[in-house]
Amino acid sequence: MRNAFADELTKLGNEDPRVVMLSGDIGNRLFDKFKDKHPSRFFNCGVAEANMMGVAAGMAMNGLRPVAYTITPFVTTRCLEQIRTDVCYHEAPVTIVAVGAGLAYSGLGPTHHACEDISFLRSIPNMVVICPGDAFEVRGALRAAMQQDRPVYIRMGKKGEPVMHKGPIADFRIGKAITMAEGSDVCLLSTGNMLPEAMEAAHRLKDKGISAEVVSFHTVKPLDEEKLKQAFARFKLVATIEEHSLIGGFGAAVSEWLVDTETQHKKFLRFGTPDAFFKKSGEQEYAREVLGLTGHQIADKIVHALS
Amino acid sequence: MNVAVRSATATPDAAALKAQAAKLRGKIIEMSHKAQAAHLASSLSCADVLTAAYWHVLNIDPKKPKDPLRDRFILSKGHAAAALYATLAMKGYFPVEELDTYCQDGGRLAEHPPANLLPGVEAATGSLGHGLPLGCGIALSGRIKGENFRVYALLSDGENNEGSVWEAAMFAAAQKLENVCVIVDYNKWQATARSNETLMLAPLRDKWAAFGWDAREIDGHDVGALAEAMQRIPNGSGKPVALIAHTVKGKGVSFMEDDNNWHYRAPTADEVVKAHKELGLS
Repeated sequence: MRNAFADELTKLGNEDPRVVMLSGDIGNRLFDKFKDKHPSRFFNCGVAEANMMGVAAGMAMNGLRPVAYTITPFVTTRCLEQIRTDVCYHEAPVTIVAVGAGLAYSGLGPTHHACEDISFLRSIPNMVVICPGDAFEVRGALRAAMQQDRPVYIRMGKKGEPVMHKGPIADFRIGKAITMAEGSDVCLLSTGNMLPEAMEAAHRLKDKGISAEVVSFHTVKPLDEEKLKQAFARFKLVATIEEHSLIGGFGAAVSEWLVDTETQHKKFLRFGTPDAFFKKSGEQEYAREVLGLTGHQIADKIVHALS
Repeated sequence: MNVAVRSATATPDAAALKAQAAKLRGKIIEMSHKAQAAHLASSLSCADVLTAAYWHVLNIDPKKPKDPLRDRFILSKGHAAAALYATLAMKGYFPVEELDTYCQDGGRLAEHPPANLLPGVEAATGSLGHGLPLGCGIALSGRIKGENFRVYALLSDGENNEGSVWEAAMFAAAQKLENVCVIVDYNKWQATARSNETLMLAPLRDKWAAFGWDAREIDGHDVGALAEAMQRIPNGSGKPVALIAHTVKGKGVSFMEDDNNWHYRAPTADEVVKAHKELGLS
């Protein structure tokens, strides 16, 4: 996802002189093309995220479209007050781009995990929260963020994730979920980098005679309420899938929506990370397996819930 | 390059500025009494800096508060909002009568400056350590867009406790933001204790200099000297400028000066009369 981000950012930088790139001392060589073309609009802000976010807000207040980028916990929780007060309170059109959502950097340990960021950021007024499901959604999200005038948070995986879309998404819209596979029995609402696991779960369910619809619910705030209405009306089971804590994340947002809208529903499952730090060493695949977040485990739980 | 027209190469009229500062202090004291609001002493200690900025230095037009070429003044010590509100009203950004709504239900003048609500307020502050990073971003955006306005950020001494101030200080020096000027209102008190007994700020000028700034000490109540120093931005050093302004908390009223109870206390009607007398206001 991060290579798609750097490439799309370079294109946007070519098209729009307001686009400025701020990096928190990461992305070695990743932004070389942007730097080559726009040396006056690239800033390595160092390991000083609070300042980086304040600088981004200041630039946005004066008409630019800054993108602030570093590893997820450092560009969210580390500088949460700057996001809240400098960016969101001022309605400054800063685009915050995080790399390493959820357990993408599992091997680096809990300092680099990010399973709370959606919860924090979606509670801040004026903030939009987007969790792209693949590299094409990253491109769509970044472009859409630049075409409006509000703060946006884009929560990316890292690199090398499976590409789930066939090509560029011409009509990517903030707050408009994308149906990836049609189905008739259950509906899997996936956000962010869990999309490949959701698709895998659908394949496994198909083998067991269960038809699963898969939706890439890339925008957690604002929710695509039309899609939610349809899903809860049509399917005998709806599940949310995310690599984020069950506290305050996408599943929590959908739960709140269900209660607040008094929507009738049948079965509702939430897949996400538990209320605990994941302290063991090991890569993302291992962590997902331990936490029950792989496609086959999701499928098994759904089969069990339906029986 | 969009060059702002600056008129003020003239020598500041120190006597006129001093009289203006007294009026400003009188208004701030009235507001504090009427609203029974805190932070009076913090507002009085920076009244001369605000006077120098708004009545001599800043290239601003209250009728065009969003002019892209205007100089920016960020009250990073947002708890001195009363001083900023009184200044902006006296300069004509909004009617002076609106100052009567300070801290009243439904008004625009909250205890800390609001975002996108009141003409002339450049940034919502109140949480300390935010004004300088914002100012650096605004200054850099000006460089990118070819606008040569200046950015002033007024910080409290207690605010220098915040790590984000020093992050921004290193960033501004690395980016050579020579059109950025920090003024530290060094009144030696923070909310509940002596500043240097809380976190060691001294030697504060040396710290800013060590962080890559052209840092100098100044009498924060010599409004003429402040006006001259703040006008010389950029000053040819190629560095951002830090003015460590030695001030007295509660300055201008004998029974408030250097008494930290006035960080939270508001004056009675009698005390307002006494204070106005001392300021030469009837």
